[in-house]
Amino acid sequence: MAKTSSIRWTLPTLLLAASANAAAMPLNMTRGVTEISQEVYSLHMLIFWICCVIGAVVFGIMFVSILLHRKARGVQPAQFHESTKIEILWTAIPVVILIGMAIPASKTLIAMDDTSAADVTVQITGSQWKWHYKYLGSDLEYFSVLATPREQITNRFAKGENYLLEVDRPLIIPTGQKVRFLMTSDDVIHSWWVPAFAIKKDANPGFINEAWTRVEEPGIYRGQCAELCGKDHAYMPIVVIAKSPDDYAAWKAGEETRIAQEKAAEQELLAMNMDMSELMANGERTYIAYCAACHQPNGAGLPGIFPSLAGSQLILNDKTAHIDIVLNGKAGTSMQAFGRQLSLKELASVLTYTRNAWGNDTGEAIQAADVYKVQQGEGE
Amino acid sequence: MSVVTTEPHDHESQHDHEHEHHDHKPGGIKRWLYTTNHKDIGTMYLVFALIMFFIGGTMAMIIRLELFQPGMQFVEPHFFNQMTTVHGLIMVFGAVMPAFTGLANWMIPMMIGAPDMALPRMNNWSFWILPFAFLILLLSLFMPGGGPSFGWTFYAPLSTTYSGDSTALFVFSVHIMGISSIMGAINVIVTIWNMRAPGMTWMKMPLFVWTWFITAFLLIMVMPVLAGVVTMVLTDKYFGTSFFDAAGGGDPVLFQHIFWFFGHPEVYIMILPAFGIVSAIIPTFARKKLFGYASMVYATASIAILSFLVWAHHMFTTGMPVFATLFFMYATMLIAVPTGVKVFNWVATMWRGAMTFEVPMMFALAFIVLFTIGGFSGLMLAITPADFQYHDTYFVVAHFHYVLVTGAIFSIVAAVYYWLPKWTGFMYDESLGRWHFWCSLISVNLLFFPMHFVGLAGMPRRIPDYALQFADFNAFISIGGFLFGLSQLIFVWVLIKCARGGVQATDQVWEGAEGLEWEVPSPAPYHTFETPPVIK
Repeated sequence: MAKTSSIRWTLPTLLLAASANAAAMPLNMTRGVTEISQEVYSLHMLIFWICCVIGAVVFGIMFVSILLHRKARGVQPAQFHESTKIEILWTAIPVVILIGMAIPASKTLIAMDDTSAADVTVQITGSQWKWHYKYLGSDLEYFSVLATPREQITNRFAKGENYLLEVDRPLIIPTGQKVRFLMTSDDVIHSWWVPAFAIKKDANPGFINEAWTRVEEPGIYRGQCAELCGKDHAYMPIVVIAKSPDDYAAWKAGEETRIAQEKAAEQELLAMNMDMSELMANGERTYIAYCAACHQPNGAGLPGIFPSLAGSQLILNDKTAHIDIVLNGKAGTSMQAFGRQLSLKELASVLTYTRNAWGNDTGEAIQAADVYKVQQGEGE
Repeated sequence: MSVVTTEPHDHESQHDHEHEHHDHKPGGIKRWLYTTNHKDIGTMYLVFALIMFFIGGTMAMIIRLELFQPGMQFVEPHFFNQMTTVHGLIMVFGAVMPAFTGLANWMIPMMIGAPDMALPRMNNWSFWILPFAFLILLLSLFMPGGGPSFGWTFYAPLSTTYSGDSTALFVFSVHIMGISSIMGAINVIVTIWNMRAPGMTWMKMPLFVWTWFITAFLLIMVMPVLAGVVTMVLTDKYFGTSFFDAAGGGDPVLFQHIFWFFGHPEVYIMILPAFGIVSAIIPTFARKKLFGYASMVYATASIAILSFLVWAHHMFTTGMPVFATLFFMYATMLIAVPTGVKVFNWVATMWRGAMTFEVPMMFALAFIVLFTIGGFSGLMLAITPADFQYHDTYFVVAHFHYVLVTGAIFSIVAAVYYWLPKWTGFMYDESLGRWHFWCSLISVNLLFFPMHFVGLAGMPRRIPDYALQFADFNAFISIGGFLFGLSQLIFVWVLIKCARGGVQATDQVWEGAEGLEWEVPSPAPYHTFETPPVIK
C-alpha cells in the first residue's frame, strides 16, 4: 500500500523461517491518501486509545485483585456486594466517553456521504469475478480483471510482488478532483474497497450506491472485493492509478481514440475471414481469461454448478443457440452476457475454440460476421 | 443469592435414594432415546455439542491449512467456501447453542428447586431432531456441486439464483434447528415461570437462570425470523418469488435486514448465558457475593432490548441513508454501557475477596479479559467511518472469534469444569485441567490476536488465497490454530477420565459454592427436588 508511514515490523520473519517471500505488512490501518481517509485513521486511533486506557484501568484493577486478594495470602473475604453510587458512576462515565466519540464520528460520516459537485463520475459494475469501469459522459468503458497468471496461483511459478493485487487494466482517476463512484452489480453482491481512499461500498445488483474521493498525490492504489461473491472472490482485485489532471486528460483522449479505431476495425473485420489456427489460438487465450474459472480449463465444468462444455448438446447441435448464450448469457444462472464484455473478434475466436476443443470436433469456424448476425438479428 | 436453606442433607439423600427404585429407566440405547429426564437430555445436548465442536473444528483446521501459505495447495476455492460456511453454521447452531441448552437442562431445574423441566416430552423431541438437522447439513457436502458455499450469513442472491441445489437441504436443516431451539426456549421459560420452589422469588434466582430466561425470550422472538428468511431464500430459488431480486421488485439488501434482525439478537443468545455462568463462578472462587446482583439483571435485560435495535451495524457498507447509519451507530455504541457494567461488577466481586484459582475460575478470568478485548474491537467496529475499513476483513474475524471462542466457548468450558463433579460425582483431574487451560489460553491468542493486524493491513475475510504481505502472519495464525485444536484433545481426556472415576466429590464441591444445586448429593441423583425445597 502506498504511503504507509505506520510502523513496519517483521516480527514473524524472526519466528518463522518458513515463508521466504516476506513482504513487510503494516501493523496498523493505513492513513490513506485522502482527507477523509486521514480522518478515518484518526477516529480509529482515538477509539483504539480510549479502549487501551479503559482496558489498562479495568485489567489493572483486576490483576491487582488477583495478586492481593487470594486465599493463599490468608485474607478474609469482605462482605460488601452493592453500591448504587458506584453503579451510577460507572454507567455515566462510559456514556460521556461515548458521546465524545460519537461527535467526530458523525461529522466524518456526514462528510463521506456528500457526493455532490463531482468533477468526474465513474460507474463501477461488479460481476463474477471482475470489475467494469464506465466513465459517464464518455464512450470510455472497460473491464478490469486479475492479471496474476494461473501458474502463480497453483504454485508452479514463483509469485510476483503484487500477487493477486494486479489487474490488466487499472482504473485511472485524476488527482485534485472530486471523483464520484456509482457502484452496482450484474450478478451477486460485490464490494469495492480501496483502503487508501477509505472507500468500501457494496455493489448491489439492481441498485446504485455512491461514494467519492479526492486524491491529492499521484500513485498506484490497490484494493480487493470485500464481499463474498462466490468461488473466485479472492481473485477480483482493484487497482486505481491517480494521475495529474494533464496526464489523465491525455490518457483519456488516447483511450477514446483507440476505442473509435477499434470500432472501425471491427466493421472491417466483418468482411474478413480469420483462419482456423488463428481463431483457435485467440480463442484459447480468451477462454482461459473469461470462461475457465467456471467451465474449467478442460471444459469439464464443475458437476452440479457449472455445466460441462465438452460434449455439450447445445454446442454440438445448435450453433445459433451457442452464439446466443455466449452473447446474452442465461438468466437466473452465473452465465454472463459476454456480448458486452468481448470484441467480435474475441467472441468469434472463443466460440470457435469451444466448438473444436476437448473432442467437440465440429470442425466449424465461427467468424465475426456470424456473431454480428446473431447480435443484430436477435430472435432470428 | 439470598440465604437458602433446604431440608437436611441426609433426608434429601435418603429421599432420592428411595426414588431410584422407581426410576423406570430403561437400559441401553432406549434410555437415551425415550428419556424425558432433564439430566439425561442435558448430557445428550452437551455430548452432541462436543462432537459438533470437533467436526466444526476440523473444518477450521482445513481452512487454516489452506491459508498457511499463499497460493492454492490443498483444496479448491469452491470447497474452501463450503468449509467457511459449514464451519460457521456448525459452531453457531451445533456447538455453542446446544451446549448452552444442555447446561440449561442440567442446571436450571436444580437451581430453582424444580423436579424436572416443565415439558419433558417436548424436551426429548427438541433434542432428538437436532442430530437429523446436522446430518442433513453435513451430507449436503457430498452432493454434486457440493454443500452450501455462501457463508453462514447466506446473503442473497449468492444463496438464491447463484447457489447449488444443496441450498434446499440447507434450508430444511436450518428449519429443524430453529424448531429445536424454539421448543427448548419455550421449555426454559415455562419451567422458570412456573416451577420455582416456594420462596424462590424472581430476584433470588441465580444469574444463570436469569440470563437463560432472557435468552429464551430472544430465541422465541428471532428464530421465527430466521425461519422466515430461509423460506424466502427457498421460494426465491425454486418457486419464482423475487423477495431479494430487483428485477422482480425485490431488494437484495432486504435479505440482510431480515437476516441481521435475527442475527444480532442471535449473538446475544450466544453470550447472555455465558454472563450467567461467569456470574456464578466468580463469586464461588472469590468467596464473596456477586457485586450488584440487581444491576446485573437490569444490564442483561437492557442488552437484550438493545440487541433488537442495532442489527444494521452489520450493514454499514450496504449504502443505507446517512441518518439510518447514524442511528445504528449510536444504538450500537450504547450497548457498551450495560456490557461495561457487567465487567465492572465482576471485577468488583473479585475485589477484596479470597480467591483461589481452580480451572473453572481460570477459564472465567480468561473470559473476562478476552471477552472484553472482543468488546473493545466491537466498540471500534461501531464507529461507522472506521467500520468502512474494518468491515469484512480479518479484523471482524478476530472480533467475533474473541467474543465467541474466548467468550462463549470459554464460558461453556468453565461451566463444564465447574459442574462436572456434580454431574459425575468425581473431581476432574486438576493438573490435566490446568494443562488444558494454559495450552488453550496461549494458543487461542496466537490464533486470533494476529488476525487484528492482518485485518487492519487489509486482508479480506472468506478468501482462500491472499497477497504476499499477509503470508507470515497467516502461517503464524495457522500454527496457533493447530495448537488450539490439539489442546482441546486434553479436554476430552479430562472428561473421559472424570466420567470413569476419581476423587469422590463432596455435595458442595467448592468451598465457596452457594445455591440449590450444591445442596443435592454428588453425583446428582436421577430425580432431584421431587419435594420442593424451602427457601427463606
